[in-house]
Amino acid sequence: MKLFKNMDKTTRSNLITYTMVIVAFLVMQGLGAIGGLSSSMKGQLVPITTYICLAISLNLVVGISGELSLGHAGFMSVGAFTSVVAVSMLQGMVGSPLVRFFLGCAIAGLAAACAGVLIGIPVMRLQGDYLAIVTLAFGEIIKNLLNNLWLGLDSNGLHVSMSNAAALGLEQGGKILINGPQGASGIERISNFTLGFVLVLFTLFVVFNLVNSRSGRAIMAVRDNRIAAESVGISTTKYRLMAFVVSAGLAGMAGALYAMNFNSIVPSKFDFNNSINILVFVVLGGMGNIRGGIISATLLTVLPEKLRFLGNFRMLIYAVVLILVMLVSNNRQLNNAFDMLKEKILRRRGDDDDDETPAQTAEGGAA
Amino acid sequence: MAREEGTYKAQSAAAGGGSPRKKPQAEQKGSKLVPLPTDSLIPERDAGQTILECRHLGIDFGGLHAVEDFNFMVGKTEIAGLIGPNGAGKTTVFNLLTKVYQPTRGAIILDGIDTANMTTPQVCQAGIARTFQNIRLFDSLTVEDNVKIGLHNQVECGMWSGIFRMPKYWLAEKEFHDRALELLDVFNMADQAGAIAGSLPYGAQRRLEIVRALATSPKLLLLDEPAAGMNPSETAELMENIRKIRDEFQIAIMLIEHDMDLVMGICEGIAVLNFGKIIAKGTPSDIQSNPQVIEAYLGTQDEEAK
Repeated sequence: MKLFKNMDKTTRSNLITYTMVIVAFLVMQGLGAIGGLSSSMKGQLVPITTYICLAISLNLVVGISGELSLGHAGFMSVGAFTSVVAVSMLQGMVGSPLVRFFLGCAIAGLAAACAGVLIGIPVMRLQGDYLAIVTLAFGEIIKNLLNNLWLGLDSNGLHVSMSNAAALGLEQGGKILINGPQGASGIERISNFTLGFVLVLFTLFVVFNLVNSRSGRAIMAVRDNRIAAESVGISTTKYRLMAFVVSAGLAGMAGALYAMNFNSIVPSKFDFNNSINILVFVVLGGMGNIRGGIISATLLTVLPEKLRFLGNFRMLIYAVVLILVMLVSNNRQLNNAFDMLKEKILRRRGDDDDDETPAQTAEGGAA
Repeated sequence: MAREEGTYKAQSAAAGGGSPRKKPQAEQKGSKLVPLPTDSLIPERDAGQTILECRHLGIDFGGLHAVEDFNFMVGKTEIAGLIGPNGAGKTTVFNLLTKVYQPTRGAIILDGIDTANMTTPQVCQAGIARTFQNIRLFDSLTVEDNVKIGLHNQVECGMWSGIFRMPKYWLAEKEFHDRALELLDVFNMADQAGAIAGSLPYGAQRRLEIVRALATSPKLLLLDEPAAGMNPSETAELMENIRKIRDEFQIAIMLIEHDMDLVMGICEGIAVLNFGKIIAKGTPSDIQSNPQVIEAYLGTQDEEAK
């Protein structure tokens, strides 16, 4: 406990976040073991971990680097489809599904990071709203590219076509991996909650360690004051790009986790709405606040499912809840009231300690 | 304006003491300064060793010559002043030196290297650090982190060793921490290392900006109105500190300032800028008696005579 108190603030805060994630995982595993989870909740576990990873990685761009990115689902889809192809190709070579999963994740992360570099180089010439719009366009381009992509695998290797499945010219027994707008199907479902949890920890590890290093400080310096950052010799383009690419890579890995949880995925799943959803997690959790992002990603992924009993009003209520939470969490008077309440509780606890001492001495005197 | 006659004092060995000292400003020793045989009128503290040389520097904004034919030299450990009425182009000169603007004409030579085509970060690495008129700190970060960011190019540690916490990372972080506290100690700010920079009082923010600039190991430190918004006692302390920095770090300092007590008190060479052109250069006493300077600040002699 003493060690905990002696730590500096950021280390302590990071440790709390790690602990929170681990405890949540253990609780969910425990509930699963005693049969306390509904089947719909079980189905939600991997998507929740995916969205936590996405929220953490987007926080690196939006909160830490201070750029508005509206194309995060684009990187997710690059990762998702790359992993599907990679895992199918590895099926014959690597026996263990666990190793296949991690290899698929790593390849997906690399592919998404490469996409991040490609899009990042032109995008980093822009700032603010312009950057946001270009990333939005990127997300749409990726979606449309995947809508028109056919990819097949047979004994001769990979076949690519941009027109239709027949143009792939697959041999007998060849397998279509990506079937245009119908996406990928027959995916090997090797993701599970534990792997999702591991990926969440990995994403946290990368983001926290990056933020608390020389590079992370440079990224935050550029966010806080670009002119001052340049004046102390920091290349703003380099560090904005670094945040963008790392974030893209992590989103790609989350995409891989997501894809390998389902039998099939379609490109239209990774559209603008999805990007905005991830952005909402980040904004609601507090920009730059990783722990907040994790909590809001979890709650907002579960909420629409829990609201299913409302039928047609489900998304309406979801939106209303979102607006209310935003209003409440940004209300200064309410925040002040919370702070005062917290202070009062803490003080009362202090008073209790003081009360005890005279009582004890009185007792002692009586004895 | 500038009532203190002879406040200018050449560097003496005693100045290296470090502790704040209050020497009588009036004592004027024999000047070591030797005017250089160039177009510069600024007397050099250490003749022949210039750290900065501007040749015919100029920039146009549209049709306006914001700075025109700016010739200037700063000695290796000189404290130089740049003064002039509002809008004269003083900050523009700083922005040219740090390549926030690329000059339209002329050359900037820093320690023998032409800085043409360099970017702002490159100029910083070459040895020019600066502070800003309107304070530009990394507001949301701690005081210590601000200085660590200043040390960015002094300590090497790549992204991967940072993410995977290689031994190199721990070594680098220790060096960052030690050097940051050492630098903060110059201004007695080490006890505020954990405070958020944006929450500091105004004077402390100005000091922190100077510390951050010093962290980049500059050869030339540009201070843009360092005493703005400070009270007389804070200004006096700042003067001591500027001298202390020069003596301890052995660097040149160039400052823009409207507080004439400060300028005449510590600057060894002064240039006066008006409408983007240098109208006078020289020692503080030269400047104080220069009729053109008085005219620029107070209007023409004729008007006053009438």
